Amino acid sequence: MTTSALFGRLTLDAIPYQNPIIMTTVGTVTVLGVLLVAWLTYQRRWAYLWNEWFTSVDHKRIGIMYIIFSVIMMLRGFADAIMMRTHQALAQGLGQGYLPPEHYDQIFSAHGTIMIIFVAMPFFIGLMNYVVPLQIGARDVAYPFLNSVSFWLTVASGLMVMVSLAVGDFSQAGWSGYPPYSELKFSPSTGVDYWMWSLQLGGIGTLVTGINFFVTILRMRAPGMSLMKMPIFTWTIFVTTVLIMFSFPVLTVTLALLAMDRYLDMHFFTNELGGNQMMFANLFWIWGHPEVYIVVLPAFGIFSEVVSTFSHKRLFGYASMVYATIAIAILSFVVWLHHFFTMGSGANVNAFFGIATMVIAVPTGVKVFNWLFTMYRGRIEFTTAMMWSIGFIITFAVGGMTGVLLAVPGADYMLHNSEFLVAHFHNMLIPGALFGYFAGYNYWFPKMFGFRLDEKWGKRSFWSWIVGFYLAFMPLYALGFMGMPRRMSHYDNPYWQPYLIIALLGTFLVAFGIFSQIMQLAVSIRQRHALRDTTGDVWGSHSLEWSIPSPPAFYNFAKTPVVEDLYAFTYMKENGINPRASAPFAPIHMPRNSSIGVFIGLFTFTLGFGLVWHVWWLVVGSLFAIMSLLVMRSSDDNVDYELSPQQVALYEAQAYQSVSQPVDQRTQDLATQG
Amino acid sequence: MSDTTVINPHGEAEHSHSPLDNQLFGFWLYLMTDCILFASLFATYAVLKNNNAGGPTGHEIFELRYVFLETMLLLFSSFFNGFAMINLSLNKVKQTVLWLIPTMIFGLGFILMEINEFSRLIIEGNGPDRSGFLSGFFGLVGTHGLHVSVGLIWMTVMVIQLLQKGITPGVRSRLLRLSLFWHFLDVVWIGVFTVVYLMGVM
Repeated sequence: MTTSALFGRLTLDAIPYQNPIIMTTVGTVTVLGVLLVAWLTYQRRWAYLWNEWFTSVDHKRIGIMYIIFSVIMMLRGFADAIMMRTHQALAQGLGQGYLPPEHYDQIFSAHGTIMIIFVAMPFFIGLMNYVVPLQIGARDVAYPFLNSVSFWLTVASGLMVMVSLAVGDFSQAGWSGYPPYSELKFSPSTGVDYWMWSLQLGGIGTLVTGINFFVTILRMRAPGMSLMKMPIFTWTIFVTTVLIMFSFPVLTVTLALLAMDRYLDMHFFTNELGGNQMMFANLFWIWGHPEVYIVVLPAFGIFSEVVSTFSHKRLFGYASMVYATIAIAILSFVVWLHHFFTMGSGANVNAFFGIATMVIAVPTGVKVFNWLFTMYRGRIEFTTAMMWSIGFIITFAVGGMTGVLLAVPGADYMLHNSEFLVAHFHNMLIPGALFGYFAGYNYWFPKMFGFRLDEKWGKRSFWSWIVGFYLAFMPLYALGFMGMPRRMSHYDNPYWQPYLIIALLGTFLVAFGIFSQIMQLAVSIRQRHALRDTTGDVWGSHSLEWSIPSPPAFYNFAKTPVVEDLYAFTYMKENGINPRASAPFAPIHMPRNSSIGVFIGLFTFTLGFGLVWHVWWLVVGSLFAIMSLLVMRSSDDNVDYELSPQQVALYEAQAYQSVSQPVDQRTQDLATQG
Repeated sequence: MSDTTVINPHGEAEHSHSPLDNQLFGFWLYLMTDCILFASLFATYAVLKNNNAGGPTGHEIFELRYVFLETMLLLFSSFFNGFAMINLSLNKVKQTVLWLIPTMIFGLGFILMEINEFSRLIIEGNGPDRSGFLSGFFGLVGTHGLHVSVGLIWMTVMVIQLLQKGITPGVRSRLLRLSLFWHFLDVVWIGVFTVVYLMGVM
């Protein structure tokens, strides 16, 4: 391959002109992008976006931006899913489908990578950004600036995946990128490089977020909030950050070693000269299995909050919930080998990992029973968030049982790499992660924007999703038993086709679910006055984020709240304590906004792009720019400012304008009811 | 967020943590994640150690005397860094800088010796592309060297900041973190020296 000094390996041939599907997509995205930019310019919104959002270090703004990013990526990931399902429903016997194999392979690789790294991760990171500091009574996270850097690193790496669509190609080696197929010898194009560098750069952002929230939760809780008085969502996030800190460095190493193989002709994972491919599988899943729990545990926390709120009860078995979370986290590090029982580690090794895998079902079962007992004899309110939670419990139980089935090494030999496996992990991650995030989105949306989401479209989205899910994935279990391997771009078995057509219908139903969610948002924005939250506590919840107006003032709490009870806000309500802080106020220290995070993201993107295309001046220049920005930041002593008590009083009055029905009034209502 | 003392409901005084305290703690956590990073590299090296694919073994290419000298440079660099920290705690700007300079020179010496070792190996045809064993070796030792190089750049920035700003709370906090980093790299190097060189020559 020729390399020029200026453009590296990049030539005009890198744009896939010959592929009409890609070119139509790229064209549509470009047109939409141009329209958006034109509209923003026409509306003169750029200064507002830049000053109030892009450069913001406010955890609430960053949280919302994370969620928007995740939703955009979800649309892309779901488009991939529809394409795969449509293709597989057609590609039987003489039918060739409409995707050539090399394109089909890119789609399933991109789908997996996007859904895990750029949908699940940013969605829960967005929710935790918004909620955790509010739940623990803090004004911001421990490192607000680094929080902004993490976000822009995530955007930069997501952008790389998107750009791979138009310039070059994406990996065909699956989302796990096993060598030797992902080695240069078998994947000489830039696809694997895009995959590798986007994961690598995004992973650094995630690691920093992990440290950030660990310190935030450990060091910045309101006085009185001991560890066992932390809201359960904060607990699950706390454990998640520990998982992030333990597992992400391993991903960094794994990808760096693969990069050295591909760029420096080294032999970590190659077939020849002493490389060891199985080391990649081990290292990858030492990160990859905890990663599953990184995206699932926060959802468990959300379900716990939602179930106890809408059952109008305290959470059943809080302490056992905490210990179960910790137990799952520990066990998640001793099960990685179940991803490759068939590697042939020997019966005893497989037995150990098989049993360890089954043991995880115990703490998970504890959680399920805790949710059930929380609902038992509660006054259950069937809101959309609660529907997602109940749908999760039922569906997740099915997924869990198929997981225990796969944990038997003997059975795994039969089912490994079959559609059964595909059905199983979708059966875990869609209810276990996505439904949780949707529940959290419906639950906390009023806190974020000051009005509720429409229930009618919310329920439509729920029913479409869950029915669509069962239609799309139950046939895959059957196909697995019938021996259909995963990732097939063509097959010669007419008995499989009907199942794949049913799965396709399920996908269409899910598509209607997504359409309903978009409608839900649109309808809610139109009817925002009718749906307005006038209390700050729309659902009658337990934790501190509901004790302040919706949306909260940018400094969150005018005075740091004092926590007396695990259910801090419920305690206030029951004891007639007005959570509203009164004058005189003390001055508040706040971090200043910074554009450095945006620029670090920008140069991270050029760094990744340069690495993919071997444009070395761009790589060196970007690294130098990032380093200079960091030095600039470290030399800047003017990074925060102080709000005077008068300003605080003013902003407090403003924030409480939305509260027409004061919370203490509600408290009395509750007291008379109770 | 602030440095004020608040009284918690149980009547005990509770000191809330200042941002600089939090930065030190967060940096310590980062070092722990770095530990895991190096642990993975050590494990990789251990797996690939005997995969020399007909190429040289550690016994044939490691020169223990040379590496011992290299080790001494790094350890003395940290030793000087300790003196810089003592002077930092006494608020002596000039002395702090004066001790940081030999810290940097010895650190740079370490890096130059490592580069020299690497280039000798590559010229002899024993580069990282020769075998799995050499890939593991270059990967592990090179990552450590990369860390030391970043530390040197950081130290240069800190010397400039010390001369420009004097000892401000921010500069002090950054120097404390840098010193943690520097000592951490010593600890990792002790592991490298033992696992790679001593056990390789044995």
